[in-house]
Amino acid sequence: MLAFRRRAEMANPIFFFVLIVTMFPLAIGAQPHLLQSMAPGVIWVSALLATLLSLDGLFRSDFDDGSIEQMLLSPQPLSVLVLGKIIAHWLVTGLPLILIAPLLALFLGLPEQARGTLWLTLILATPLLSLIGAIGVALTVGLRRGGMILSLLVLPLYVPVLIFASSAVDRAAGGLPVSAQLNILLAMLLAGLVLIPLPTSLALKMSIN
Amino acid sequence: MSIFPDSVGRFFHRTASPPYFYALADRFIPWLTGILLILLAAGLVDGLYLAPTDYQQGESYRIMFIHVPAAWMSLFIYVLLAVMGGIALVWRMKLAEVMLVASAPIGAGFTFIALVTGSLWGKPMWGTWWVWDARLTFELILLFQYLGIISLYNAIEDKRSAARAVAILALVGVVNVPIIHYSVEWWSTLHQGPTVTKMDKPSIHISMLIPLLLMAVAFKVYYLIAALQNAKLELLKRESSSQWVKNLLEKSA
Repeated sequence: MLAFRRRAEMANPIFFFVLIVTMFPLAIGAQPHLLQSMAPGVIWVSALLATLLSLDGLFRSDFDDGSIEQMLLSPQPLSVLVLGKIIAHWLVTGLPLILIAPLLALFLGLPEQARGTLWLTLILATPLLSLIGAIGVALTVGLRRGGMILSLLVLPLYVPVLIFASSAVDRAAGGLPVSAQLNILLAMLLAGLVLIPLPTSLALKMSIN
Repeated sequence: MSIFPDSVGRFFHRTASPPYFYALADRFIPWLTGILLILLAAGLVDGLYLAPTDYQQGESYRIMFIHVPAAWMSLFIYVLLAVMGGIALVWRMKLAEVMLVASAPIGAGFTFIALVTGSLWGKPMWGTWWVWDARLTFELILLFQYLGIISLYNAIEDKRSAARAVAILALVGVVNVPIIHYSVEWWSTLHQGPTVTKMDKPSIHISMLIPLLLMAVAFKVYYLIAALQNAKLELLKRESSSQWVKNLLEKSA
């Protein structure tokens, strides 16, 4: 994987994630009770923002050096190649977030019984974030300054993921069953894996023109 | 095209050609404006003067006659955007692209109106301008989706590919709309439940329902007028170098 060679770029989303989470106690005060009740939301919003920040790298370098044209010309269907790109993106950004999240949950004092759920939601939903984001990136990759527009396009699409994931963690913290939320996240992930590469490759073709 | 009779196919082909559409829009707009004025006058008079005062909410419920149709329109136009996006992508119909682009700002406007009037209605009824309730949040996210479409279209310089990008986005967005809808329903809600589209008899009295429906139709006609005007302008901008536009300019000059 080429992305692994650029360590700094790979570490950026993690630092960003940790930094944002650290900002919350500084901004709202360090009452343990308050932090504990806000922990699921804080961790999830931070994960969302960290993913959003890293999205631009998904197709940017390929677009700049012309690899996307090569992908378009290759005999394999573009959607499969796109799916490969998305999985690679998740491996270098989503996976580190999953690994670092338990530490942050500890910082914020998330109750013991919610930590497993936090892990599960992150495992299910960070690939979904990469997938959904891919559509937005594919649409904006041809623009010189697509950053703001990218967040405007992608954040509304992230809303359901955010709601189900953070409410699952919230419920788990209160000792309630969470299988419904997890099942919905799993369903969205599977549907996304199948469906999202198609509009993404369509948008990429459009961006190349 | 084989399932349709030939005349239907011909009608679509002819209507889809920009000069014909332009002339047709020109012919329809005065008529539509007349219908709009009649409907709007009837709806407003009926809604603001004739309809009885609500026994719980007093006079302030009357903002419903703006709020509810605007909220309906915000969703209706979004679905239309997706339909036109699909047509634009599958059949590469230029006119569908133009109508899509022309409709998006109107939809955003209706969404904004629904939010503002809802907020004005919420102040006397619930005591706050804004609550994080399912339908309010949904409407707000819908507004962001509209803004995303508009700004994406403005950001891409080549208007042909901009329209295709927007079509893709509208299709993705419309898949997302029901998901967002149900996910925000997840929270319990302060907002009253739907009153008109309930499966059994509407729980709204007929004397209030009639002005509401009048206003809804008036808003639809208004949308048609505004979208046609917008589409005409968009066509002129796009085809400014083509022969029919030059003929048109010569005629008006």
